[in-house]
Amino acid sequence: MFGLDKKDTSKLIIVACLALLAPFILNPFPTDSALAQFNAGYPDLMQRFVIFGIFAIGFNILFGLTGYLSFGHAAFLGVGSYSAVWMFKLIGMNVIPAIVLSVIVAGLFALLIGFVSLRRSGIYFSILTLAFAQMSFNLAYSVLTPITNGETGLQLTLEDPRILGVSATADGSIPVTNLFGLEMRSTFEMAVGPWAFQFNAGYYLCALIMLAAFYLSIRIFRSPFGMMLRAVKSNQQRMNYTGLNTRPYTLAAFVISGMYAGLAGGLMASMDPLAGAERMQWTASGEVVLMTILGGAGTLIGPVLGAGFIKYFENIFSKINDNVLHTWFSFLPDGMEDAVVFIIHPFIGKGWHLTLGILFMLVVIFLPGGLVEGGQRIKGWLSRRKSKDGGKAAGETNPAE
Amino acid sequence: MSNFNASRRRVLKTGAIAGAGVALPTIFTASSAAAFTNEPTGSSVTLGFNVPQTGPYADEGADELRAYELAVEHLNGGGDGGMMNTFSSKALQGNGILGKKVEYVTGDTQTKSDAARASAKSMIEKDGAVMITGGSSSGVAIAVQGLCQEAGVIFMAGLTHSNDTTGKDKKANGFRHFFNGYMSGAALAPVLKNLYGTDRVAYHLTADYTWGWTQEESIAAATEALGWQTVNKVRTPLAATDFSSYIAPVLNSGADVLVLNHYGGNMVNSLTNAVQFGLREKVVNGKNFEIVVPLYSRLMAKGAGENVKGIHGSTNWHWTLQDEGSMAFVKSFGTKYGFPPSQAAHTCYVQTLLYADAVERAGSFNPCAVVEALEGFEFDGMGNGPTLYRAEDHQCFKDVLVVRGKENPTSEFDLLEVVEVTPRAQVEYAPDHPMFAGGNLGACNPGA
Amino acid sequence: MDAILLQILNGLDKGSAYALIALGLTLIFGTLGVVNFAHGALFMIGAFCAVTLQRILNLSFELVDETQKDFLGNPLKVKTPYVEAWFGPDIGGSIIDWAVPLAILFAIPIMIGVGYVMERGLIKHFYKRPHADQILVTFGLAIVLQEVVKYFYGANPIQTPAPDALNGVVNLGAAIGMDIVYPVWRVVYFFFAVLIIGGIFSFLQFTTFGMVVRAGMADRETVGLLGINIDRRFTIMFGIAAAVAGLAGVMYTPINSPNYHMGMDFLVLSFVVVVVGGMGSLPGAVLAGFLLGVLESFASMNEVKSLLPGIDQIIIYVVAIIILLTRPRGLMGRKGVMEE
Repeated sequence: MFGLDKKDTSKLIIVACLALLAPFILNPFPTDSALAQFNAGYPDLMQRFVIFGIFAIGFNILFGLTGYLSFGHAAFLGVGSYSAVWMFKLIGMNVIPAIVLSVIVAGLFALLIGFVSLRRSGIYFSILTLAFAQMSFNLAYSVLTPITNGETGLQLTLEDPRILGVSATADGSIPVTNLFGLEMRSTFEMAVGPWAFQFNAGYYLCALIMLAAFYLSIRIFRSPFGMMLRAVKSNQQRMNYTGLNTRPYTLAAFVISGMYAGLAGGLMASMDPLAGAERMQWTASGEVVLMTILGGAGTLIGPVLGAGFIKYFENIFSKINDNVLHTWFSFLPDGMEDAVVFIIHPFIGKGWHLTLGILFMLVVIFLPGGLVEGGQRIKGWLSRRKSKDGGKAAGETNPAE
Repeated sequence: MSNFNASRRRVLKTGAIAGAGVALPTIFTASSAAAFTNEPTGSSVTLGFNVPQTGPYADEGADELRAYELAVEHLNGGGDGGMMNTFSSKALQGNGILGKKVEYVTGDTQTKSDAARASAKSMIEKDGAVMITGGSSSGVAIAVQGLCQEAGVIFMAGLTHSNDTTGKDKKANGFRHFFNGYMSGAALAPVLKNLYGTDRVAYHLTADYTWGWTQEESIAAATEALGWQTVNKVRTPLAATDFSSYIAPVLNSGADVLVLNHYGGNMVNSLTNAVQFGLREKVVNGKNFEIVVPLYSRLMAKGAGENVKGIHGSTNWHWTLQDEGSMAFVKSFGTKYGFPPSQAAHTCYVQTLLYADAVERAGSFNPCAVVEALEGFEFDGMGNGPTLYRAEDHQCFKDVLVVRGKENPTSEFDLLEVVEVTPRAQVEYAPDHPMFAGGNLGACNPGA
Repeated sequence: MDAILLQILNGLDKGSAYALIALGLTLIFGTLGVVNFAHGALFMIGAFCAVTLQRILNLSFELVDETQKDFLGNPLKVKTPYVEAWFGPDIGGSIIDWAVPLAILFAIPIMIGVGYVMERGLIKHFYKRPHADQILVTFGLAIVLQEVVKYFYGANPIQTPAPDALNGVVNLGAAIGMDIVYPVWRVVYFFFAVLIIGGIFSFLQFTTFGMVVRAGMADRETVGLLGINIDRRFTIMFGIAAAVAGLAGVMYTPINSPNYHMGMDFLVLSFVVVVVGGMGSLPGAVLAGFLLGVLESFASMNEVKSLLPGIDQIIIYVVAIIILLTRPRGLMGRKGVMEE
């Protein structure tokens, strides 16, 4: 289907099902139960899952295929966000022109930085990209404030011209982002017994774009172009000796992944029209590196998993406080309740960084291939058990892509 | 061109339909029948406390959180009631807000606009918070204030000192109790004049982002009005940790006052570096060299240790104040946690009580009703003397404290002493003052 | 002229910190081939060794003084440090005063221990793993270390002053008839850094141990074939690198009050320094450290800033880009190290 082989098609279908049914999958606990704290099925977080998924998929096209580790990819996301917000300020609130512009601007920016940085390889390349991104961040935070609004981040105001829209709505508010009239923030809520599921227009737009981005990345991975990039990873010198100039290929991969980052930035601004400078900081660049490695660099689905993993901890674990803990463990006798809360306390709320750090270490120590390998091991274990039960021969192992 | 027009018409048309509540069932919230975003329907109401829990301001955030927990306890009738007993408005009964038990959710702003908005959004979308409060920097406050305006909930700002929060970025749904850069300048100027005279040359070191700039502008304007000269205004990078290369040029600049428009870790390091370079022992133009830190915080003063002694600055509130409200608050906070509250804790506690009181008086959680109840509200007994929430820009007007690093502290909390309580009249300004111009409050937005 | 000399001094001072951190980072790169994102955390742990020693020396017993009141109106508990009670207020007081220099002795065994445990317990298992995995695991470790420190010491900066005797300023230009007033402690810091750097270089240059390590850096396999247990030596080198970072941190505390994320603040910068110096080159790392420190100081001069606004924000990165584009392997890098 769609020019994919059977395995890739099933992968795409799985991702599509996960993305489209996310409001159900991410809200497994009834709203009133104590475990509702772990529900992630609200529009903002679902949007973040898929947007950072796009970002990581794009990063993986560069890092997973060519092995070039860029430490400055957040700059493209930031530039994309700024372009999108400027479109909302100047042109109008439709998201299509904003997203298109953010992809184009990020692509051009990536072309410039990639052209310079790709003259070096290995860690020299990483530091060059880092330097460019940090320069962008520092300038955006201070000197470029007229364009970026510095610390506060670029916001919409009631005075923006919006030549194809309105500066302010009839009731005196700033208009909201929309897709030909469909407001990105509009949410349909479905209550099923004690459960509540939220279907958000913006989320579904992001999810569809993410599926397209995922499909495109499969095609790139399987194309002759993708083969060429892998060859660069395994031995660039040999490629050069055979008379091939690899630079255009790596540059193309760099620009494509920069455009993915720009797309993610544009979508972020479309869901929430604000562009903050810290989106370009090295920590943000580092985050996408971590997402990709954590999920499984070079695999198709890994980066998306890694993105979901990190964003989940950031948004869910940081919101658990002692008060919540006490409600969970209130069934225990008082002394024991306090003891349990005391033990868990350092790992939740303000300690969510600690939990994340420990999990990074555990994953990389025990699952060298990232979360994808974890999935494969579970799958392998299940199939072994199944074959034992059914008395059939064990199925073939599933190599990583 | 015609295509674009068509789409624009469609936007307007659909917008109108959506406004009538036909096309789209809900925006941002649970039931389409609600009159406003997250209308509390059960026996409880949820407030969102969005404070920095990681990053450089984590300790300040932790103190804010303590104050919020205390406020919730008092609102629900627990504890000794704290400032509810001294508050001039007696609408609060100690039975929650409008009889609904107060519950809360917490989140981490990370002192980043993006993360703060994500956290606030999850409180609104997932937890049904009807009011968001907290924060420890102006960038975050302005970003979250914008979000709350769009979402249709009330935002009660925490620690934010930039003029912009109630200046060019003011919003109808946002309220600030904390003072601002202009007030710091207005309060400090007369004290500085008495101490150091009218013939001084000032050198500014300023954190290179919007808060730093507004404070620099305010202080420079206030001191220049005294007759001081400003010899230089130097911007320092936010990420700077070693300020030696910015301090060194001060030595030979001819300046005899150094103004440090820094906060948090920046302030601790720049002040420490300035003292190391012997600036305080210097004599320039026949006068002792002086350092001024316009925005003081006790938590940060602790980080600077000995170096703060004798250095003047301004602060919103300090726990040694002897009025009834402050004493009641220090007593209940100190009893619960074992140490006195910071100014961030104070402003957050007061903001929560002010919101609850406004809801009680309005008889509704509807943001527009709350806005109406808070606009032009005069109150007392909250530690800063008679206070006005001005309707034009949602800024509180109250007395401002000028403080000095204490020479002989009696305890680890006793770092600052109040030099002067600058009366409110002296720090007031017109709503259209040039430093605050350019913004538009807009209309209150109840969401839904 | 004075201004320029002052900025050179500032630059050398900043450069000392950069050079010390980069030196340790390069030792680990060069010997073990590991990208250590936790190196900044080692610097931070060193700084907190000083804080801890200060706390230990300030351990106090409490006496209730009925004549004074605390902020809640209860009788005040007066604290007296044990050290002062044992040695008398004078000697005890000066022991507390000298906490930071004393912390050097305190920090060396701790840092070597931390380095040893880190290498044997974790890093060892990552020698053969891709750099990406090394980055992930050391970054995770860095987060864990700094969160643990934050849990015990809070997020605010903690004042750790230099001894009173070293706290003032000194006129360095007196001999040549100029007026160059400079903080004593910063001068101490610079000479301390020079001492450590010199020590490491002579250790590698003049001892058999150092010779083996250098040989191992150049060709690990051959040294192994000669029957030399190179692994054990590399473990020791990791401990030394940790100690260098830690000592840099200890001595840095009076210059800037330490906080839990100071390691991350230095991490990116020290990577830039190492790469600009050239991968695998110790002299390169030191040279780049001082060079970037001095250039950063010059960039923050008002005359330069008025010409190029914001240049002080980006100077390090601009210099890094220029150097890497003109010299493919940094200032003194070796061919083939970390180029894949």
